[in-house]
Amino acid sequence: MELLLNIVIYLPLLGALLLLFIRQDDWVRWTSLLVTTATFVLSIPLLLQFDITSTGTAQYLTVGEPFLGDWDVKYMVGLDGLSMLLFMLTTFMAPIVVLSSWTSVRKHVAGFYSMLLILQTGSLGVFAALDLFMFYIFFELTQIPMFFLIGIWGGEDRIYATVKFFIYTLVGWLLMLVALIYVGFAAGNMVNDGIFTTDWQLLTSPEFQLGLVEQTWLFLAFGFAFCIKVPIFPFHSWLPLAHTEAPTAGSVVLAAIALKMGTYAVLRYLIPLFPNAAIAFAPMFAVLGVIGIIYGALVAMVQKDVKKLVAYSSISHLGFVVLGMFAFNTTGAQGAIIQMVNHGLSTGALFIIVGMLYERRHSRLISDFGGVAKMMPVLTVMFMIATLASIGLPGLNGFVGEFLILVGTFNSEVLGSPWYAVLAALGVILAAAYMLWMFQRVMFGPVTHEENKKLTDINAREIGLLVPIMIFIVWIGIRPTDFTRYSEAQVTWMLEDTQTRAETIAGNAAGEQLPSWALKLYDVTPHMAASMEPVNETKATTTAKSKEESL
Amino acid sequence: MESANELLTILPLIIIGAAGLFVMMLDAFTGSARLAFVSTVLFSAAALAVAVTDLFGPTGESFYDLITYGGTAAFGMVLVMMGTLFSVILSRDYLEKTGGHIAEVYSMILFAAFGMLLLVASNNLVTVFLGIETMSISLYVLAGLVKNEKKSVEAALKYFLLGAFATGFLLYGIALLYGASGSTFLVDIAATEEKGMIYWAGVGLLLVGFFFKISAVPFHMWTPDVYQGAPTTITAFMATASKAAAFVAFILVLSRALPDARSEWSDVIWLFALLTMVIGNILALVQDNVKRMLAYSSIAHAGYIMIGLAAGTGAAYSAVLFYLFAYTLMNIGAFGIVAYYEWHKGYDFTDINNYSGLGFQQPIIGVLMSIFLFSMVGIPPFAGFIGKYRVFAAAVDEGLIGLVIVGVLASAASVYYYLRVLVHMYMKESENDITLVRPGTLYMAVLLLLAALTIYFGINPGILTDLLGSFKAVTY
Repeated sequence: MELLLNIVIYLPLLGALLLLFIRQDDWVRWTSLLVTTATFVLSIPLLLQFDITSTGTAQYLTVGEPFLGDWDVKYMVGLDGLSMLLFMLTTFMAPIVVLSSWTSVRKHVAGFYSMLLILQTGSLGVFAALDLFMFYIFFELTQIPMFFLIGIWGGEDRIYATVKFFIYTLVGWLLMLVALIYVGFAAGNMVNDGIFTTDWQLLTSPEFQLGLVEQTWLFLAFGFAFCIKVPIFPFHSWLPLAHTEAPTAGSVVLAAIALKMGTYAVLRYLIPLFPNAAIAFAPMFAVLGVIGIIYGALVAMVQKDVKKLVAYSSISHLGFVVLGMFAFNTTGAQGAIIQMVNHGLSTGALFIIVGMLYERRHSRLISDFGGVAKMMPVLTVMFMIATLASIGLPGLNGFVGEFLILVGTFNSEVLGSPWYAVLAALGVILAAAYMLWMFQRVMFGPVTHEENKKLTDINAREIGLLVPIMIFIVWIGIRPTDFTRYSEAQVTWMLEDTQTRAETIAGNAAGEQLPSWALKLYDVTPHMAASMEPVNETKATTTAKSKEESL
Repeated sequence: MESANELLTILPLIIIGAAGLFVMMLDAFTGSARLAFVSTVLFSAAALAVAVTDLFGPTGESFYDLITYGGTAAFGMVLVMMGTLFSVILSRDYLEKTGGHIAEVYSMILFAAFGMLLLVASNNLVTVFLGIETMSISLYVLAGLVKNEKKSVEAALKYFLLGAFATGFLLYGIALLYGASGSTFLVDIAATEEKGMIYWAGVGLLLVGFFFKISAVPFHMWTPDVYQGAPTTITAFMATASKAAAFVAFILVLSRALPDARSEWSDVIWLFALLTMVIGNILALVQDNVKRMLAYSSIAHAGYIMIGLAAGTGAAYSAVLFYLFAYTLMNIGAFGIVAYYEWHKGYDFTDINNYSGLGFQQPIIGVLMSIFLFSMVGIPPFAGFIGKYRVFAAAVDEGLIGLVIVGVLASAASVYYYLRVLVHMYMKESENDITLVRPGTLYMAVLLLLAALTIYFGINPGILTDLLGSFKAVTY
């Protein structure tokens, strides 16, 4: 099975190399479809054999030799509850993305598909990597193809969009690289006999205890990078632009998979690595999440361009994910994970549908449509399901995620206020408003433009690629436990483990001299209060102790 | 027999020196550029092979301790010979197409390489000076190779005047250090007990001399003009081999002659590294000429490398050596492709707008250019990333976090100008009616080899880093 995981990760890359030798465009398309389908089929046993009760260690673990000389940085991939669903989402979406660009991409076809396939390998690697350094490498591997996908096959303003996307993301991630190096050395000194290490298992071991001041800076550096990638308000400005200018396939991959890397990284690295800082900053992130939810929804409401509207709705949906993760309880985190999958499915479907409309009409302006339902009944059904899923109608997948997140937030001890949930719920109402209003203006009403009368309904290929998504939208909506059970054990374990470690570290820090801002910051959280109180009492004893030592 | 063994320690020097004379004679008697090219390639390859085997051989000093061999010196020789060999191979087609294919070019390249080899093997400041001068004088000539181009002549003159000035600084520094320590041997200087005004003035002037050679800001003024004015493949040679040689010699001098003064020169280099990164990158942002942009980018790279020097530990030095290796690969590659595009319209066809739409015309060349540029940005899985990562890590380990943060922000800014080339190559419609011809097999083979090495050492750097790590015990 370890081998199978590696095959699944690298098969698309091999496919990309193969495409270099194929001259015929049609052959290129079929080869990519074959490769991505094979990847998906091969990944199914990984899901079936997955032990959902196992916690802590990853499954199908491959550990390579250290490849950076004297440093303990090694190739390390495996899957656990946190990554399983997202890994499957990535393999599942790939053939759909390939099919969705079948006719819309006409220039440099081989280049286009090889970029998609490289992106696929990078994304799978991001979710499977269990070494922080490998995670970084795979992440950057997704940036290069995305840069070309938007820049070469994108719309009018593509160059500005892609350069902004690339530089914006890189600034955050390079700062993270510095923090990563620091963490590597610190971990080496504490848990790995002085040898630089970025092994996830070691970074989350109880002996690895970063001081509170260190944690704050490192948390901010990592958090900044992930905030940009998610994107969390106010670091979102690259997203609508990149989404709008990207070709359909690019938007789908960006929405369904690439954005998840940011939220996934928060759950995988940001929270467990810096437990105290994560808890202390949780309210701040929750506030940003709530702002994102409402801001995204309000801006979406006034969009004239369907694709832009969907892009802003993404910001709103990802606000929910952030909120769920920083609720620090299983319900919230479970909601966040399933919401990541949901967002991938429903927003992915919406982008595909917008792409289909654009391919026929060469416009994405809401005002250019109207009454399309008459000409395209099948598309209307699909569009309706995706829209309702995105709103969060009970019975469809969106509801499950948002509901779990709201419940989790409401009960959150770390956040400690019901207001987050109350305000976030407002986002659900706003979502109904902007999505349904858009749907009504595009699909119903009188046909105001002559061109729209010539629109043809979607063909067999297009139906074929949408149906699987619809199946999962309904399936997750009706039987969410079929999916949430994969992450439950691991998420519960991880959150408990994080909180335990946070308490230990806070307990140790009680005797230390901390700058006043750090005291204030780590005092405000209810969790910390108990362990931080003894500071004054123990001060006398510690000073006495240090005097003894100095003698 | 002792002396015969000593000769073996400088075998690459002997090969290249002999080759320089041989090629010169060849030119005089046959005038055949083709023969000159073939023999240059063969001799350089032989010297490279010897240098590579020296990597695994013994280390020590020879010629009355004037020369150091093995370890860092051997690696320096490998870098120099790589730079020489690859840029010579790329030069032939370029010089033929741009009408300057003459045999004497090769002998000048070989003499410059001879100087560089001497430089990286020096264990004495006099040898350092000899190496730098032999290298520089040959380079002055090479910079002015295209005699009927104003820019080329200007470049040569500028290089010569500023270079002579910098040599003056260096020589003065050597003289003062000799005054302070009574010796020009690196180890003897390290043993200086009285560190008075003369000593510090000597150290300062020595640093200035080296800063000029590695084109650190504010001693970088010559770089863009010279790099732009010189024939492109010669620029590749200058930007890689001579830079690498100067850096290796700098490491030798810092680690062997001035280990006690580390805290002092570390602060100085810290400041100049900061200036070099920031100014190099900012000036590169506004360049419309690709060659000039690459010149500024090489200044910026010198800045990143100087972070490693400022850290000044064994790990940092080996990180710097790795960086130089990656830098050599990707720079020759990038300049090689710039040169290739120049074939089609002649000398100085390097405005960025000329590149519009070229990426898809020869797809393989386009992909290779992307690899080299992304490697320069410092994106995994390319060697440039590992180099940057190791240098930054060594500096973080020494507590130079502020400098590293400036470094990463500067490299984030650098993305803009590297990507701009790719944006033009791939995302804009062509404005010219050029049809690119396929490059020759040898040309293509070199570019492919460089790209393959860039990827290989990005994915599996362990082999090289282990080797470089093993030097530290012997050299520092």
